[in-house]
Amino acid sequence: MSEVKYSKEHEWIKLEGDVATIGITKHATEMLGDIVFAELPEKGSNVEKDGTAGVVESTKAASDVYTPVSGEVVETNQEIIDDPSKINQDPEDSAWFFKLKIKDQSEMDTLMNKDDYDKFAKETSA
Amino acid sequence: MNIKKTSLYQLHQESNAKFVEFAGYQMPIQYSEGIVEEHKFTRNHSGIFDVSHMGQLFIYGGEDLIKDLEKIFPLDLKNLKLNHSKYSFLMDKDAGIHDDLIITKTNEGFLIILNAACKDNDFKILKELLEEKHKMVLDENRSLIAIQGPKSSQNLNDVVVGVKDLNFMSGNWFSFQDHKVYITRSGYTGEDGFEISIANDFVDKLTRELINKGSKLIGLGARDTLRLEAGLCLYGHDLDKDKTPVEANLKWAISKERISKGDFIGSDIIIKQLNNGVSKIRVGIKPEGRIIAREKTKIFNQSDVHIGEITSGTFGPSVNGPVAMGYIENEFSKKDTKVFLEVRGKKHPANICGLPFYKKSYVKGATK
Repeated sequence: MSEVKYSKEHEWIKLEGDVATIGITKHATEMLGDIVFAELPEKGSNVEKDGTAGVVESTKAASDVYTPVSGEVVETNQEIIDDPSKINQDPEDSAWFFKLKIKDQSEMDTLMNKDDYDKFAKETSA
Repeated sequence: MNIKKTSLYQLHQESNAKFVEFAGYQMPIQYSEGIVEEHKFTRNHSGIFDVSHMGQLFIYGGEDLIKDLEKIFPLDLKNLKLNHSKYSFLMDKDAGIHDDLIITKTNEGFLIILNAACKDNDFKILKELLEEKHKMVLDENRSLIAIQGPKSSQNLNDVVVGVKDLNFMSGNWFSFQDHKVYITRSGYTGEDGFEISIANDFVDKLTRELINKGSKLIGLGARDTLRLEAGLCLYGHDLDKDKTPVEANLKWAISKERISKGDFIGSDIIIKQLNNGVSKIRVGIKPEGRIIAREKTKIFNQSDVHIGEITSGTFGPSVNGPVAMGYIENEFSKKDTKVFLEVRGKKHPANICGLPFYKKSYVKGATK
């Protein structure tokens, strides 16, 4: 069974087997506004938990995207590079950012579940 | 510090504005539809911008005032017709720019529209330069709204009859339900449009009527993408005290007649630069891919030598790609010169290009 967890940097992560799909939350897209540019990590590269693993830019500013867990990048989503507005339209499903072969499954335990994240998002944006 | 609010604050709130602090004012950066939609709506229909944070400086006087102002501004004010406007700058003796502005000749003197962040300092400078000979009022009792885009002329004319006959860069007094409003055909988006100076007490009513006609409120976010696509400068970014109008590629705004005599503040440097050229100049820059090069991005030539810096950069919704302006060493300023922009440690190709990125559609004559 797959489970979705959330980070304090507003990424979501869905683990299926040892492959994690990562994107940014709807709440993050609402704070950013219209996303007009996305940069993703290179396929085959290794990323470290809480390290930078991409960039999104709105008309206003650039923001780093962090990876909530460590692993090797096995796939990136070309669709959001070609049309970054898809991130605003469907951030928590088809507009995922990258997939990782996860290194240490216990890193998932440090992340929030949906209820905790919703509460966190509400508190931090108030 | 006490953050000021404009007279449209309540309307902004009702319209779900996201606010930012700008030059000491609480201003709407965007509304619920977002910057891209607001930008496109202005290009295709009609957007209303609250620019009441900008300074409206009225200076009263006749012939004496014209003489005194010509010592300050590089304009032929003597021959400026009543109700006509010019774009200009307040400079220091080295021709560094304190502010860029629009000056209009009125029946009582001049109206100068100043940038919000500069207006208090401008007032101080002008008061000193004019030696308090002329009455000057930085009017806080009037609001300023801009209405921009192809449907603006019709929408505004439905509410304030007669405005559609105004020529570009000229103005006049009109009536809005018995209230006197001063309207100029101008703006800062690259679209046909108007700026309306109106008493604070009536601006809410006028704006709501324009919304009823189909115009929409547009935030400062889209104002920035619109003006950048139109190749227009933003003070504090593309213009400042370390840049002259010649370096800013704005020599078209300096009166040729006045250059020949050269008796205005900064004229020595301006004339020298016009004759000998400048070492750096403002250009348009178009990145080749989708990468956005923002303010302070370094520009390199093909031999990896640092040759300039971006002063404004964003995504242009009508261009559907990144757009930027910056200052670059003069020898690399030619159109189609290939340069490289350093973004997050990587160099990305870009080309020097002409401005504007988006073609203007100003109305020259009146639509009769």
